Amino acid sequence: MNGIDLVGPQFAVLIAAGMALLVDALLPRQRRFIPLVALAGLALSVAWTISWVSRDDYQSAFGGTLALDKYAVFFYFVFAGIAAAVVLASIDWVKREGRGEAEYYALLLVSTAGYMFLAASRDLITIFIALELSSIPQYILAGWGKDERSSEAGLKYLLLGAIASAVLLYGMALLYGFTRTTDLGGIADAIVAGGSENRALLTLAVALVIAGFGFKMAVVPFQMWVPDVYQGAPTPVAAYLSVGSKGAAFAVVTRLFFEGLGPDVASDDWSMIFAVVAAVSMTFGNVMAIVQTDIKRLLGYSSIAQAGNIMVGLAAVSVAGEEFVLGASGVIFFVAAYAFTNLGAFIAVIAISQRIGSDRIGDYAGMWKRSPVLAGALALCLVSLTGIPPTAGFWAKLYVFNSAIRADLAWLVIVGVLNSLVSAYYYLGVARTMFVAESGEEATFRPPLGLSISLGLATAGVLILGLVPGPLLDAAHDAAETLALVS
Amino acid sequence: MTPGLEHFLTVGAILFCLGLTIALSKRNAIGVLMGIEIMLNAVNLTLLSFARFGVGHGPVAGQAFVVFIITVAAAEAAVALALAVSVYRNRDTIDVDKLNLLRS
Repeated sequence: MNGIDLVGPQFAVLIAAGMALLVDALLPRQRRFIPLVALAGLALSVAWTISWVSRDDYQSAFGGTLALDKYAVFFYFVFAGIAAAVVLASIDWVKREGRGEAEYYALLLVSTAGYMFLAASRDLITIFIALELSSIPQYILAGWGKDERSSEAGLKYLLLGAIASAVLLYGMALLYGFTRTTDLGGIADAIVAGGSENRALLTLAVALVIAGFGFKMAVVPFQMWVPDVYQGAPTPVAAYLSVGSKGAAFAVVTRLFFEGLGPDVASDDWSMIFAVVAAVSMTFGNVMAIVQTDIKRLLGYSSIAQAGNIMVGLAAVSVAGEEFVLGASGVIFFVAAYAFTNLGAFIAVIAISQRIGSDRIGDYAGMWKRSPVLAGALALCLVSLTGIPPTAGFWAKLYVFNSAIRADLAWLVIVGVLNSLVSAYYYLGVARTMFVAESGEEATFRPPLGLSISLGLATAGVLILGLVPGPLLDAAHDAAETLALVS
Repeated sequence: MTPGLEHFLTVGAILFCLGLTIALSKRNAIGVLMGIEIMLNAVNLTLLSFARFGVGHGPVAGQAFVVFIITVAAAEAAVALALAVSVYRNRDTIDVDKLNLLRS
């Protein structure tokens, strides 16, 4: 096996990005096929990944900087799926915007390739490059809209993102100084060998790393950009950021902490940091979401709360022994379930606001009569975000809370359950507005084709994972086990 | 007295804190960018001093890291300036305190 073959999925996506630009430059009349080029690249990437599913051996590429294990493969599927759904959801918006179609899809694909590299990287330098490869296109996409709000969102996102990157890098530099290596496996060995020597320096380094990634995961106290950017950025891009950026950050943090700073090494210190950040994020996000009147800001604050939920799984990093993988598998199952659910919610919002030209929750009144399909799909996704069966969100929450109980963090589970009750108030409040409230407008409408397909896939995912969670749970468990195998 | 690892690390830490203070307190977007550049250079200094004074294997990794950081910082600055121009065209200001359209 040579290196290029091992990065096939990323390569397919990057080539599709280049092809999109070439089509635009050489065949300007065929521009309408550019989204198809993007989808073809993603399909090729998925096909390439499928050929690895059955493999059990551990592979690494480029001198051990990229791992090719079931963990990476799991996330390749998640990210390719997210990108495909966002491409489908963007078609109408990009066409109406009427400029830079090829560049839009190319940037989207490059950033997806960055996510894939992130999920696979097991070296500090590779993590940094992959993070920036995914972030820089996101900054541009957030500022893509013509209106002033969009460019303001883009600039704010970039400045705060760059500060977070610098903090992360300082943490990585200290970690490198402490361990003399940038390889995650080497870091684990060095920390074990070093014992309790220089513990304060190590804790400072890890705290800076958590702060840097905390920005990408959008947890308190690094959440201030989220509502602004979600509201200002074009809605398809906000959808992409809310699941992609968060998912990739959790993917890399889980690998970093379960592989590099894993159980033999990790003190209960970081478990406690994660637990506190998780509890504060859930509470802050939910309380702030209650008073929102703009649906995109509401989803922004809700995504902060959801990040807190996912982080409950990271707090279980302190569990030793056979149950070590529970936390990691909870995180990755949650990321996958959250991707379906939040994408579904955002796509429904895109379809509705394209039609009614407003993001105010009050204007969603009577949506049930105007478009039963959209109202039903949005309600289903909101139910899943709340965590009520039979939806994907229920199993995701059950799974991470279970891992927290094994880590003796019962208080965190109580906070989590109370927060779910609070979140039910505003999630179901939106559903109530759509189903119960009356509106003067009666004209019915249907979403365009691209949005319908991606919405159908997302809601089908939410329902299927809710009814038959077994296969994905097993896959998540297998993926998490490869992390434990290495460390 | 010849300067040792701790001296370089101290300078790096002070530079980093200065950069962070600038980035968080400056109102002009370009000023914020300058603060970020100072932070990144503080990181570079820290990495290089670890690579120079470190024992055992692995100095090359630190130096390679620095080259990558310099490259990525340039790319990021290019995008930042482009976005700043775009904001300036729309609003006639790049004062981050005045960029307040995004409120509920």
